[in-house]
Amino acid sequence: MSIDIDTARKVAKLARIRVEEADLPALATELSGILGFMEQLNEVDVEGIEPMTSVTPQRLKRREDVVTDGNIQEQILKNAPDAREGFFAVPKVVE
Amino acid sequence: MTHLNELTIAAARDALRAGETSAVDLTMACLSAIDAGDWLNAFVHKTPEIALDMARAADARIKAGNAPDMCGIPLGIKDLFCTKGVESQAASNILKGFKPEYESTVTTQLFNAGAVMLGKLNMDEFAMGSSNETSCYGNAINPWKVDDRQLTPGGSSGGSAAAVAADLCLAATGTDTGGSIRQPAAFTGIVGIKPTYGRVSRWGVVAFASSLDQAGPMTKSVRDAAIMLGAMCGHDPKDSTSADLAVPDFEAALTGDIRGKKIGIPREYRMDGMPAEIAKLWDDGAAMLKDAGAEIVDISLPHTKYALPAYYVIAPAEASSNLARYDGVRYGHRANLKAGDGITEMYEKTRAEGFGYEVQRRIMVGTYVLSAGFYDAYYNRARRVRALIKRDFDNVFAAGVDAILTPATPSAAFGLGEMANADPVQMYLNDVFTVTVNLAGLPGISVPVGQDAQGLPLGLQLIGKPWDEAGLLNHAYVLEQAAGFVAKAEKWW
Repeated sequence: MSIDIDTARKVAKLARIRVEEADLPALATELSGILGFMEQLNEVDVEGIEPMTSVTPQRLKRREDVVTDGNIQEQILKNAPDAREGFFAVPKVVE
Repeated sequence: MTHLNELTIAAARDALRAGETSAVDLTMACLSAIDAGDWLNAFVHKTPEIALDMARAADARIKAGNAPDMCGIPLGIKDLFCTKGVESQAASNILKGFKPEYESTVTTQLFNAGAVMLGKLNMDEFAMGSSNETSCYGNAINPWKVDDRQLTPGGSSGGSAAAVAADLCLAATGTDTGGSIRQPAAFTGIVGIKPTYGRVSRWGVVAFASSLDQAGPMTKSVRDAAIMLGAMCGHDPKDSTSADLAVPDFEAALTGDIRGKKIGIPREYRMDGMPAEIAKLWDDGAAMLKDAGAEIVDISLPHTKYALPAYYVIAPAEASSNLARYDGVRYGHRANLKAGDGITEMYEKTRAEGFGYEVQRRIMVGTYVLSAGFYDAYYNRARRVRALIKRDFDNVFAAGVDAILTPATPSAAFGLGEMANADPVQMYLNDVFTVTVNLAGLPGISVPVGQDAQGLPLGLQLIGKPWDEAGLLNHAYVLEQAAGFVAKAEKWW
């Protein structure tokens, strides 16, 4: 299955990565090559095989549904590119 | 005379106990070696003050008695591990300047055991690469050199491998998603073990592909791997996939006795076009284990061929999801925005500027295979193939095989830049022998066994049963002793 330029543009959009129009044809070719490599998987008979969800047959642990941390606003915001008045700041979202 | 930075963990531990050296002296020797080794670009954030403080504390603890084995041992830490107050960037510009407010479980355990942090080590960006050429810090360089070319130390734990092989530290942490501990270990003539999935906590390790990622030690000997792995393992409530199992004494398991053990040689790993040197190394390794009293059996792992394509669906899919968090809001880089740019432009520009090309490519592959209409065809099919790959191993172990012997890599270290114009799939082939182990969640270890015609190190891989790191290390120990690999990179840097 080959990826056309429109599909490459759509994938970049979904991934929220800006790709310039001029770079889309090369990206489409590369993605096609990688997906072509994956086509081999179609040779495998997977009838009746469940997709793996966990590589070790373990039941995930449960714990009490209680608050175990908090009150660390300063640490949470410490690495933010833009933090103001105790919040993460971002460009205007609502018009 | 052996310089202190050239010691193994085991030798340093014993010398520290005997009062023949101090953690401060060991640390100073490593810090000097690190400064003299800048050319290798292995250490990308040096932490000499932290190291000396930790070393002084370790000396006090050793003096007081009953210090753990890792007490006073100077280590390099892969940049993928979050270390409190110290840059932890996963070799990516998108995490430029990120200093975590917390410490990963692995480094917490190592430091609680008294180990000393010398600094952070180079790697491929987000551990995506097999040559350390995707790093925002530039290439790490292999201390092994046979001509004018600079060689790759492998990847993604390339800085860790280079640092250990060049004696800049006694040992280092690595992580392995598709071979990122074992391939660089093989390329640099050191030992690297990827434990069973769930043996080591992933908490505080920057995530690449969560169902495949495992941390492990990269060391100068199998004994060192056993000692350091013991300090890294253990149940962690902060990682829901961390196994609540007792951690055996791995060093005590190194008996050197593998009489009657069954070693499987998987016929599917004898790839078309395998270099004669690799085939011979593999045969030699099997002969060494046979001489030690093991039984060599021919086995079949029929779905081997499909491991790489399955991996290159599953790993990018998980990566695209894990790396969605880098959005320019909570940490790291944010793009400069033009007037009128909204939040979508902020995301798109930030991620285009912050992620390197290989990472962008994998995120987009992952996005595609998870997108509506393709999820079943690619992602679910790959997960079903993964189940079959694991079943292949289950069947072999159920038939009584104790460990499996394979080559670690398809070649010796190649030159930096040599793969620049190759198809991405060509680079992915580096993982052909190691990736099955991550898909099946098994422990695997790379042991240096020989050298190619040019004199570059070559490694073999042993694959163990789930949770049998102890048995696996013992097999590796026998192989190491029989191979007697003692060559070191000649110092040119």
